[in-house]
Amino acid sequence: METRVIPAEDITAAVKKLFMDCNYLIGNDILSALEDARESELSPVGRSVIDQIIENDRLAARERVPLCQDTGMSVLFVEYGDKVSVDGCFEDAVNEGVRQAYSEGYLRKSVVRDPVFDRVNTRDNTPAVIHTRIVPGDRIRLTAGGKGFGSENMSAIKMLTPSYGAEGVKKFVLDTVFSAGPNPCPPIVVGVGIGGTFERAAQLAKKATFRAIDTRNPEPFYAEMEDELLCEINKMGFGPAGLGGSTTALGVNIETAPTHIAGMPVAVNICCHAARHASAVI
Amino acid sequence: MQKRIQLPLTDADIKELRAGDSVLLSGTLLTGRDAAHKRLFELIEAGKPLPVDLRGEVIYYVGPAPAKPGYAVGPAGPTSSYRMDKYTPALLDLGLRGMIGKGARSPEVVESMKKNGCVYFAAIGGAAALIAKSIKKEELLCYEDLGTEAVRRYTVEDFPCIVAIDSEGGNVYESEPVKYRRE
Repeated sequence: METRVIPAEDITAAVKKLFMDCNYLIGNDILSALEDARESELSPVGRSVIDQIIENDRLAARERVPLCQDTGMSVLFVEYGDKVSVDGCFEDAVNEGVRQAYSEGYLRKSVVRDPVFDRVNTRDNTPAVIHTRIVPGDRIRLTAGGKGFGSENMSAIKMLTPSYGAEGVKKFVLDTVFSAGPNPCPPIVVGVGIGGTFERAAQLAKKATFRAIDTRNPEPFYAEMEDELLCEINKMGFGPAGLGGSTTALGVNIETAPTHIAGMPVAVNICCHAARHASAVI
Repeated sequence: MQKRIQLPLTDADIKELRAGDSVLLSGTLLTGRDAAHKRLFELIEAGKPLPVDLRGEVIYYVGPAPAKPGYAVGPAGPTSSYRMDKYTPALLDLGLRGMIGKGARSPEVVESMKKNGCVYFAAIGGAAALIAKSIKKEELLCYEDLGTEAVRRYTVEDFPCIVAIDSEGGNVYESEPVKYRRE
């Protein structure tokens, strides 16, 4: 098979569109979960908060403005076909797309160059966090998300060991969500990554927050764990905006990977109700 | 059921507002978040004057997105308040009377609010496009180099929020979730 050449400008254009779209348009999975929650929510204040979130999300889509002012750090999952060659530097092309989206799309620039000392804003939201996997084929699949830090800050990872079992996993997830309480803009989406190494678990958790919440893990054990965790989280009472209620989370997604005989890493990535992601295939 | 409040807050407003009250704020307020708080706090610690007068003011923890042409402001929802907790008591001691943000506060902040007579309002996190409709005007006050984190003056009309913690320590983040907690 011949190598397919993709101009770097095509990557830039696709990345630009993805980051603009995901910041203006909430997914139908989230919107319909919010509509269901509006019906089931026990707290009157909670119902009013959900109404306002739905109104906000529709307004943002209609006017093509960001639905949240925190338009996030730009995260990109890339499935890069092994029969593809980008004419130019792939990473530069991605960052140029981010730069254009955040400047031309009226998105907030939220990235600082140095994390500890000078913390000076890069003024264009670059660099993006890019996770690349080489896959067979002559296509590039891009999944982009703007990750807000109100919820990112509430995330946690723990190197559990095998004897903790499923109960230990569930306890860590629930403890993390409970500690987050009202802060991460509930109703939240919880991404759980189990297995791999320290960094793979964290990456899986992020990937889990990018999966639509109306899908379930294909493994029945984990699908059941997703449902069980969602049910337990919604017994915590934090409710919409943390003002009390029966809707603390809209969904729990679990992603797993093989791990070491001695380990069972678990990462919990918390996402607010503005769980933004969009995909494109080039 | 919503109470209309004209800013600046009066002593009577502060005394009467109770945790859980739904309010619509109109008037002017300040904006400021992490980086601006750090700078103000460092000036206070060094005994230097501040570039803004905090007396009688309400501060909104917000870093707005840029405004599209034709809009007064860009989307501007609240950011998590706990990150300001370290700096807040010093600001309240200088006369700040109200804060708008989202999420829980530290016991030190609540104590300082009771001591100084102050109200903490919660706006809905993630409802930024909707909230921006109640912000009619913005004016840069200081720290322009901080970009979205600069200190601005907003003119608001019927800005919707809920009294999260009142001046007597009544706290919806403590009183409300337990009512819906099961098992």
